[in-house]
Amino acid sequence: MRTNIREWSLLASAVVLLVSPCVCRAQITEYQQHQWLRMESHIGNLTGHARAAEMDYRRYCVGCHGELGDGNGENAPWVDPKPRDFELAIFKCRSTPTGTLPTDEDLFNSIARGLDRSNMPQWSTFTKQMRADLVAWVKHFSPRWQTEKPGTPIQIPPEPEVTADRIKDGQAVFQKVECWKCHGVTGKANGPSAATLTDDQNRPISAYDFTEGARPKCGDTDQDLYRIFMTGLDGTPMPSFADNIKPDEAWDLVFYLRTLEPQKSKEKEIAKQLGLKPVAPSTAPAAAPPQ
Amino acid sequence: MKARYKVAGMTSVLLSLAFCLLWSTGSVSAAAEGKITGTVKLDGAAPHMKGIDMSKDPYCVKQHENSPAHLENVIVGPGGGLQNVVLYISDGLSGAEASQVPSQEPVFDQKNCMYTPHVLAMNVNQKFKVNTSDQTTHNIHPLPNALAGNIPWNKSQPPGAPPIETSWKTEEVAIPVKCNIHPWMHGYFVVVKGPYATTDEKGSYTIANLPPGSFTVTAWHEEYGTQTQKVTVAAGKAGTADFTFKAK
Ligand code: HEC
Ligand code: HEC
Repeated sequence: MRTNIREWSLLASAVVLLVSPCVCRAQITEYQQHQWLRMESHIGNLTGHARAAEMDYRRYCVGCHGELGDGNGENAPWVDPKPRDFELAIFKCRSTPTGTLPTDEDLFNSIARGLDRSNMPQWSTFTKQMRADLVAWVKHFSPRWQTEKPGTPIQIPPEPEVTADRIKDGQAVFQKVECWKCHGVTGKANGPSAATLTDDQNRPISAYDFTEGARPKCGDTDQDLYRIFMTGLDGTPMPSFADNIKPDEAWDLVFYLRTLEPQKSKEKEIAKQLGLKPVAPSTAPAAAPPQ
Repeated sequence: MKARYKVAGMTSVLLSLAFCLLWSTGSVSAAAEGKITGTVKLDGAAPHMKGIDMSKDPYCVKQHENSPAHLENVIVGPGGGLQNVVLYISDGLSGAEASQVPSQEPVFDQKNCMYTPHVLAMNVNQKFKVNTSDQTTHNIHPLPNALAGNIPWNKSQPPGAPPIETSWKTEEVAIPVKCNIHPWMHGYFVVVKGPYATTDEKGSYTIANLPPGSFTVTAWHEEYGTQTQKVTVAAGKAGTADFTFKAK
């Protein structure tokens, strides 16, 4: 009888030992999932709750972004550019530096705006609360939001008055930092490097064509343009210029970019009066390195 | 209640023990003068490295007028020495030894529209610099695996721009780096813990500053993958580990 008990207790403890790691692991993932589902978003004084967005996501987003948020929804094979993989949490439209998470507000705005020249629709008819909840849901897919904080948004100084000098200076910046290598000297997305551009998944991607008059993906206000080239579009060849364009020069560049667009604008008018010619790549600095 | 005091007592004893250990290993590795040296060779014919067409950018073409540029995926010296192999200690270092970070900052230069060096090794949290010596704009675009802890970024670096100083948060062998403007520009950051070395043009290397002990050395090459070897290092002495990769 005694030996029996001993045997049983041995067996029982062996079973407990064997099973406990599994139980533990199950508990951890369940606990994590539980934590992730409690993800919130904060936009102004709005608070979004991930759980509240589950139905909306299933109805409106899952077809492209997928059940797991990995961008592999059933429509993904027919969509180019590919739907965003929320697991990686690498976003094009950010107010934050390259290599950092966007703010909740960035995602909130992207969802309303949609991304032009892609299948990402505009969801501007959603209530703000729905969008705030969806932001939280988008975030709950990536472990990065548990360990990282969004970057500090870049500062945009107040917009100065457009002048002829500013437009000329803007052209000099366009030439100096060599936007034309990808975007072309007239902004037609036909620079010498344009043909070989690929995104982070090695899929071909075109530079933005300023002359088409299409809305940029990340917004079309002057502030949006400023933000786009200062922070870059992560996941694409479009780099951040924040380290090498000063705030005042950045405004000059914004004004110059306007002159490349087909739309009527004050900038275009001034450029016409100036008789502004596109920069020629051959005039770009090609001197031997100082050695 | 009493039990709780006991637990507290035990933990404080354990903690102070741990501190002593840390302290002693710290001072040991300060005097860590052992090393591992060796040579890495390629067995078989080295693959042909294609010439690079730089006609996209006249500046780049000009820099190579007299010495045509070739891809650098496999560089084999006379005698079969394989260059750009990173060697590091994948096992055998204490936590404290593995997390020591040298204050010296390795430099990754963009020169003549190529990366110099083609492969740059560094420690987790070690500051390094990305420099440009060129009179043409580059964009520097490392592509680590975001879910493993290092996050991709993409910055423009026009002529005369100051170096970018940064570091990586976790081990990663290896992080591809590219320039979208010059698509032939392709290199690697190799982020490891503890002492490391990269082979020179003869395929030779020395991992310095090792305490005595038994280690596993891993050799990584971008085309041929990894190999490991066990090596014992006596106090202040040199262990040896030669590696041979088979040509594909
Ligand atoms: C018809 C397919 C489709 C549907 C439906 C869709 N998306 Fe997208 N979404 C995309 C594509 C494609 C992209 C990537 C566009 C690009 O990279 O230019 C994208 C990108 C995004 C981004 C990333 C923006 C950035 O800055 O990188 C967010 C956030 C997003 N979608 C949220 C949503 C939400 C929320 C819904 C549902 C309300 C939704 N999407 C529905 C296709 C879709
Ligand atoms: C290495 C190539 C490259 C360089 C250099 C480059 N861009 Fe871009 N840019 C791109 C690509 C590619 C896109 C398209 C990204 C996408 O559609 O997701 C883009 C997109 C843009 C957009 C539109 C973004 C949007 O929201 O749709 C603007 C504006 C822009 N670039 C401005 C600039 C300016 C200004 C410069 C110079 C300061 C510059 N770019 C330099 C490759 C480049």
